[in-house]
Amino acid sequence: MKQEFTISLFSESHIGILSRITLILTRRQINIESITASESAVPGVQMLTMVVRTTPEIVQKVARQIEKVVDVLKVFVHTSSEIICQEMALYKVTTRGLMSGSMIGDIVRKHNARILEVKPEYMVVEKCGTRTEIKELLALLEPCGVLQFVSSGRVAVTRQVKELNAYLREMDEARGTRQEALEFYN
Amino acid sequence: MIRRMKKNISHKLPGRAESSLPADGLTETTAAENVPATDSLVSTVQGNVITGAEALLKSLVEEDVDTIFGYPGGAIMPVYDKLLDYSSSLRHILTRHEQGAAHAAQAYAMVTGKPGVCFATSGPGATNLVTGIANAYLDSVPVVFITAQVTSALIGTDAFQETDILGISMPVTKWNAQVKKAAEIPDTISRAFYIARTGRPGPVLVDISKDAQNEIMTFRYSKCTYIRSYNPVNPLVSRDIESAAVMINHAERPLVLAGHGVIISGAVAELKTFAEKGGIPVAVTLLGIPAFSHDHRLFAGMLGMHGNYAPNVLTNKADLIIAAGMRFDDRVTGNLKKYAPQARVIHIEIDRSEIDKNVRADLGINGDVKEILTAMLPNIRERKREEWIREFRILDSREHEKVIRPETEPDQGELKMGEVVKVISELAGRDAVVVTDVGQHQMAVARYYRFTESNTLITSGGMGTMGFGLPAALGAATATTDRQVIAFIGDGGFQMTIQELGTIMQYRIPVKIVILNNSFLGMVRQWQEMFFNSRYASTEMVNPDFVTLASAYGIPGRKIYDRKELKASAAEMLGSEGPFILVAEVSRMANILPMVEPGASVSEVTLTYTSKS
Repeated sequence: MKQEFTISLFSESHIGILSRITLILTRRQINIESITASESAVPGVQMLTMVVRTTPEIVQKVARQIEKVVDVLKVFVHTSSEIICQEMALYKVTTRGLMSGSMIGDIVRKHNARILEVKPEYMVVEKCGTRTEIKELLALLEPCGVLQFVSSGRVAVTRQVKELNAYLREMDEARGTRQEALEFYN
Repeated sequence: MIRRMKKNISHKLPGRAESSLPADGLTETTAAENVPATDSLVSTVQGNVITGAEALLKSLVEEDVDTIFGYPGGAIMPVYDKLLDYSSSLRHILTRHEQGAAHAAQAYAMVTGKPGVCFATSGPGATNLVTGIANAYLDSVPVVFITAQVTSALIGTDAFQETDILGISMPVTKWNAQVKKAAEIPDTISRAFYIARTGRPGPVLVDISKDAQNEIMTFRYSKCTYIRSYNPVNPLVSRDIESAAVMINHAERPLVLAGHGVIISGAVAELKTFAEKGGIPVAVTLLGIPAFSHDHRLFAGMLGMHGNYAPNVLTNKADLIIAAGMRFDDRVTGNLKKYAPQARVIHIEIDRSEIDKNVRADLGINGDVKEILTAMLPNIRERKREEWIREFRILDSREHEKVIRPETEPDQGELKMGEVVKVISELAGRDAVVVTDVGQHQMAVARYYRFTESNTLITSGGMGTMGFGLPAALGAATATTDRQVIAFIGDGGFQMTIQELGTIMQYRIPVKIVILNNSFLGMVRQWQEMFFNSRYASTEMVNPDFVTLASAYGIPGRKIYDRKELKASAAEMLGSEGPFILVAEVSRMANILPMVEPGASVSEVTLTYTSKS
């Protein structure tokens, strides 16, 4: 059974690393539904969050193959219930449309969105939330005339306690000697 | 040492260093700082000012490289120019095609156990390597590929002979990198060697732009011993070792499956002790063939599609599979759904991603085979398991009767591959390096050559690369002076890289070439016969006279049709000084049996095949 998984991984920030990772997924024809890359809390270490739909078995195999890539430090695979995740969306909507009815109140109060810019022609609305919430708001704004819509990939933190910093410290401590076997999934 | 110091003097002359300085502020400072060091140069072999090209060669010397296979071209010319100055420490073998250089470097690595090195220029030079890189990747052989790249300012502009070799080689290298600054060359090379030879070995590629080769830099070398994000070997977990021992001690019908990993980790002796103590039969994969002596009473034979009868059938009867340094390739397992249904599986493997990939392991032990077998040994109870071993012998005799004897000791009819292999096997030294190409002859060698020592077979396993044999044979022969190298090659594969006869001629490489000629692409023809109603689409070959062809390269040879000539010709070949070609005109329509047909379970291995046509 295919389901949604969030693959989060930490890697050295080297050129080409993203290619190597996506190659492993494309080889098995797994589509990346969203991807976010950014610097992690540890300087020089990059964090990549990808959302894929596949079977639990395949995702494990893929995760191990990704972790094998020389510059990859650590790979985590989580189901949706194991993580806390957000996406961000920006909506550029016609001002005339938004001003009608109680729309502004609705989007601010009920949808917890913000208005970033107001111009005579358009307004820019920002919304953080899950994919579903973002889509709900989009559906609501659609009648007002959405000029542009853009949403980010997923960012996620895990519910696990052990932090990456701890892994990195362990790895560095093991330098020269053999390090303790690291638990793969938590 | 003296030679090196002289070199340093010549390169430390201030005039020279300055004249070739690029207009790069940073480099200028570095060079200027180093110029006064001329006075004290005797004290430092390292830390001298040289070009990137020379830095590459010095780095290779630091990594104990003595032989390079390659092919020059525009972008790599600065490196080849410097190579002339290093000819006493770095021998360069000019092949006739980059693919040949890649295969030769792989075979060199397999014989010596240290990484092979291969040079190619940018563009077509680099792309010609790809088959060789992929071959080394699938068979886990450490090879450091160095490709040249166009000048960095031109990268990305579709310049002449520019190709994105980093992108192209990414799926088939363990690691690759591009260098555009001379100063980064030593560290990148050091990293490349470390990654290539540690953990599960594999090919790496370093792409060096032409301007980096010409740039002046200060040479300093330190060997890479650690990469934060790369953990080549996991430490032993004593709990795993204990559980494995319990599983083994309680098993009534255990079977070891030994792969290439046993040879790579140098665990051949440990495997023997382990098997003897536990009374456990050992079956081998194609690349694991020399991991266990074929003369040993516990040797169960080769696994898989054209493997032996007993290990295939009994895989499905075993109650415990101990897979060591192998990856359950589909050619080994046949139909996975019907694979080893009664067995629990212990998978000992250095590459974690292989565990549970094809066959789910009840106990996966991620680490070095040698370490793990050594640690397990004291916990293994001494057992005989005579009953279980007898089952192998019973099936062996059936296979011998139906397949092996008719194939290796026929008294009439056309010459057979099996008998040629057997005769040569009996005459050759036990330590001879046997090289094969890919196809029917490869299976004949795997089945009928008696391997008794480790590291005696070089063949293309995972990729099944036709054309591998001849260049690999010359690479192997370059790696050893005291061992004979015998290459078995089919007529199809031979003609894919036949140009390497030129390399053999130029360097007088004493390779014994055995062509098993059936004037067909035999394995494909066999499948056409068995699964495509004998419709022989494009598999018949009209071949040149290989002996005459070889003689044009000054290689003596002999062609045989009759089994009466076989022994004498084989002896003549093995007794000859230099290279020799023996062309055996074998049966055109013979099939390799037994066979696990595609989609069948290993226990459904067939001993006979009756032609439907």
